[in-house]
Amino acid sequence: MADREARPIDPEQINVILATDCGSTTTKAILIEKVDGHYRQTFRGEAPTTVEEPAADVTVGVINAATEVGELAGRRLVDDDGNLIRPARDGEGCDIYISTSSAGGGLQMMVAGVVREMSAASARRAALGAGAIVMDTIASNDRRLPHEQIQRIRDLRPDMILVSGGTDGGNEAKPVAIAELIAPAKPQPRFGSSFRMPLIYAGNTEVQDRIHQVLDDSVELTVVDNVRPVLERENLGPARDAIHDLFLEHVMAHAPGYDRLMGWTDAPIMPTPGAVGNILQRIAKTGGINAVGVDIGGATTDVFSVFDGTFNRTVSANLGMSYSISNVCAEATLPFVMRWVPFGMNERELRNRVKNKMIRPTTIPQTLESLIFEQAVAREALRLAYIQHREFATTLKGVQQQRTVGDTFSQQSGGQSIVDNLKLDLLVGSGGVLSHAPRMQQTAAMLIDAFEPEGFTTLAKDSIFMMPHLGVLAEVHERAAIEVFERDCLVYLGTCVSPRGQGRAGRLCFRYEISGGGLSETGELLVGETRLFPLADGERATMKVEPARGFDMGNGSGRTVEREVRGGTVGLVLDARGRPLVLPENEEERRQAMTGWISTLGLYPG
Amino acid sequence: MAQAYTPGLTVTRRATHRVRRILPLAGDVLVQQGEQVQPEQIVARTHMPGPVIPINLANQLCVPAADVPGCMKMQVGDLVNPGDLLAETHGLFGYFRSGYLARAGGVLESISEVTGQVILRGEPQPVQVLAYLGGTVVEVIPEQGVVIEADVTFIQGIFGVGGEAYGPVRMICSSPEEELSASLITGDMRGAVIVGGARMTGEAIHRAIEVGAAAVISGGLDDQDLREVLGYDLGVAVTGSENLGTTLIVTEGFGEIAMARATFDLFRSREGDRASVSGATQIRAGVMRPEILIPLSAEEKEQITEPEHLSGILIPGAPIRVIREPWFGRLGEVADLPSEPHVLESESKARVLEVRFTDGSTAIVPRANVELIEQ
Repeated sequence: MADREARPIDPEQINVILATDCGSTTTKAILIEKVDGHYRQTFRGEAPTTVEEPAADVTVGVINAATEVGELAGRRLVDDDGNLIRPARDGEGCDIYISTSSAGGGLQMMVAGVVREMSAASARRAALGAGAIVMDTIASNDRRLPHEQIQRIRDLRPDMILVSGGTDGGNEAKPVAIAELIAPAKPQPRFGSSFRMPLIYAGNTEVQDRIHQVLDDSVELTVVDNVRPVLERENLGPARDAIHDLFLEHVMAHAPGYDRLMGWTDAPIMPTPGAVGNILQRIAKTGGINAVGVDIGGATTDVFSVFDGTFNRTVSANLGMSYSISNVCAEATLPFVMRWVPFGMNERELRNRVKNKMIRPTTIPQTLESLIFEQAVAREALRLAYIQHREFATTLKGVQQQRTVGDTFSQQSGGQSIVDNLKLDLLVGSGGVLSHAPRMQQTAAMLIDAFEPEGFTTLAKDSIFMMPHLGVLAEVHERAAIEVFERDCLVYLGTCVSPRGQGRAGRLCFRYEISGGGLSETGELLVGETRLFPLADGERATMKVEPARGFDMGNGSGRTVEREVRGGTVGLVLDARGRPLVLPENEEERRQAMTGWISTLGLYPG
Repeated sequence: MAQAYTPGLTVTRRATHRVRRILPLAGDVLVQQGEQVQPEQIVARTHMPGPVIPINLANQLCVPAADVPGCMKMQVGDLVNPGDLLAETHGLFGYFRSGYLARAGGVLESISEVTGQVILRGEPQPVQVLAYLGGTVVEVIPEQGVVIEADVTFIQGIFGVGGEAYGPVRMICSSPEEELSASLITGDMRGAVIVGGARMTGEAIHRAIEVGAAAVISGGLDDQDLREVLGYDLGVAVTGSENLGTTLIVTEGFGEIAMARATFDLFRSREGDRASVSGATQIRAGVMRPEILIPLSAEEKEQITEPEHLSGILIPGAPIRVIREPWFGRLGEVADLPSEPHVLESESKARVLEVRFTDGSTAIVPRANVELIEQ
């Protein structure tokens, strides 16, 4: 079924679209309809995912979710035989059906390359960009001995392996050596013990024959173009496409009911994070902006970014709000979590609470104290995930650079992070703790404290996590996907205005003038202060910011910047606490600072 | 409708329980369908391919990789013993040869002329699967393993560390509220499944390990003590492979919390009987909880009937446990199930229920914060 051609679609004839996202626990369905010439998301429904016993057929959950959407919409989407009705006619059915999937733990991969920072990093980027969780990266210089690497390959049971190494025409021995480590390990795929492990080779094209000789007996080999044909350039597309094809042919095909589901969809099923990355890239390209998206779940946190057209994605596998909450506290340390809490709590009791949340992950905070603590943990999970993302999203390492005398004081090596908060235009949050926070201000505060946006940054949340659906829709109907993204997907929280730089508390940070959107304000903020101006969703205002010397709004230290800012449910947040954000070390001062921030935004009742 | 679904832990006097005992690789099943097996009996066996030893002969002999095949003194498929001459250079006019003596044994699996690397594969390693549960083999899965069934007293814990263990049940606390302290553990408890009441202290765990207890089970455990015993802070609840020597299981959660009276009484009713326990916990998709299985004798099977299961349905009167503060660990029953969502103190809107605690007081709690006690 995997090589099934998508049926031809005339975008003008599409009026009703059904999209599902089959998650590990829930299958979410949305209905998109053409209303007054524009595509709008109109209804949504959900049902438990049914990949495990007793149903053991993913389509059961899909039909249940589609039925719920249909009932809410007053539109029959499923016929009496349990099939989706297509095309749309007389108030029933849909024109297109599409789906994403992360059921069964998503796509899990192992990658290997010659040098960890070069070809292995490129392979890792290709796998992550395709929506995979990278379980481990094997490289010649990963400080493990060969027998340790082989043992690791044997112990892991990924869905597939991606191997790179060597530039085209470059080193021949090293990529073959990597293959020689994998072959004797005889890796076993996670599902289906009778199938051979799918392996993609995307390294030096000169040694493809050798790779066939070494690996043909042990794995199901697919050979594609090199992910790093020359040191100066990555070519991730062919490897990503091969990952998607093998995901359908091997991983999905072995999951219960997916062969049937693949027959239903009008576009190939995509791994959920791959679809999110797809829509974010298109949005960034269409709007000419730099964007960061984050999805914080119970077990993992995904961060996506597009800066100057370059897309990156990372998965922080053990940073999450329920299954992984204990790991967040262990990695961040409890004092770092507690710095966001404006009152004292007993450490022993807190540790027990964290573990109790870990073992009973579906509970929700009943008391205000619990909520504040959980949101403090979320800030740390997001902050750590973003640090990992910044470290990963770099310029290519290993590129030769020509330097002149003029570069003496500004030498930049390869491997600089391309994530620059001062250039960030749009920050989108999704995932339970952000989407379901009782007050929108809490979502905004968590995003600001964790990501520390600089300059002017629009904040938004994807309240019902619609980005996966739109990512796969963009493959067949880009206009519909972008229209729905603009109008229905995002809930705009407002704009955060914060200069880069630090100063002594009480000194001038910046002066501002705001006009438009019902606002006419001038004033100044001292270092450490914060201010909130209401600017409703859909409203825009012009804002002029004159930073003090040592502070930068994007034009350089002390230089004035004028920009149009977008309103939202929270409004315009002026933050002069400094970047990087450092909270006072003194306990009393820190609590005061947090209390001030909480009061500015009206984060909590009372 | 005044009912809702909530999963809970099973604590039952009698249940028909099945376990799947499967090999990691295809192998031999050693028992027949219908056969009675003991917990520590081997039911299936296989051999894992041996460990792989890579040797870069090009580096060892200082020759180009392409010359390595020509230097080999042994060929693919040969059995290599430690000290055997594996390869030797041709030298200069037959002189000044340098050789490589194998430092480890194995079968020569491959020789690469690209990298100059050879691979030795060691002896296959035996892997065997124990029955774990004493009972009847009800299904044989050819080359993979078996399914074993038995009527048991079945108690699920909420969290555990350590793998499978076996031993007689020993009650050492007089009530579920009594702390399981080190002074209660004596030298004659070697191999026993020790059952306490409330929190097991860190000293008690060390004492149990010292005397060689098979397992320690109690209501609660402090995270601080767990960290100290393990030597690291547990980040994610995927356990079972810890090598403490004694399996630890808590039935209620972390902190100073008493074991549920019903669970305690059930253990007490089975004191002296042999139990199979597993601390393996996996709180991810495909959730796995620690468990205690105590097979029933033929006589007991006559006497004890299987209770009617509530199947996870919350209805007024159903026994529940609150699993989040501010009433964490309190037991009670469902008093009411209002259908309208309720705004909590945290301002979250959620579906709630009214719980009547054992002391008669009542409270409103989110449905997500209770679990049904399945009896």
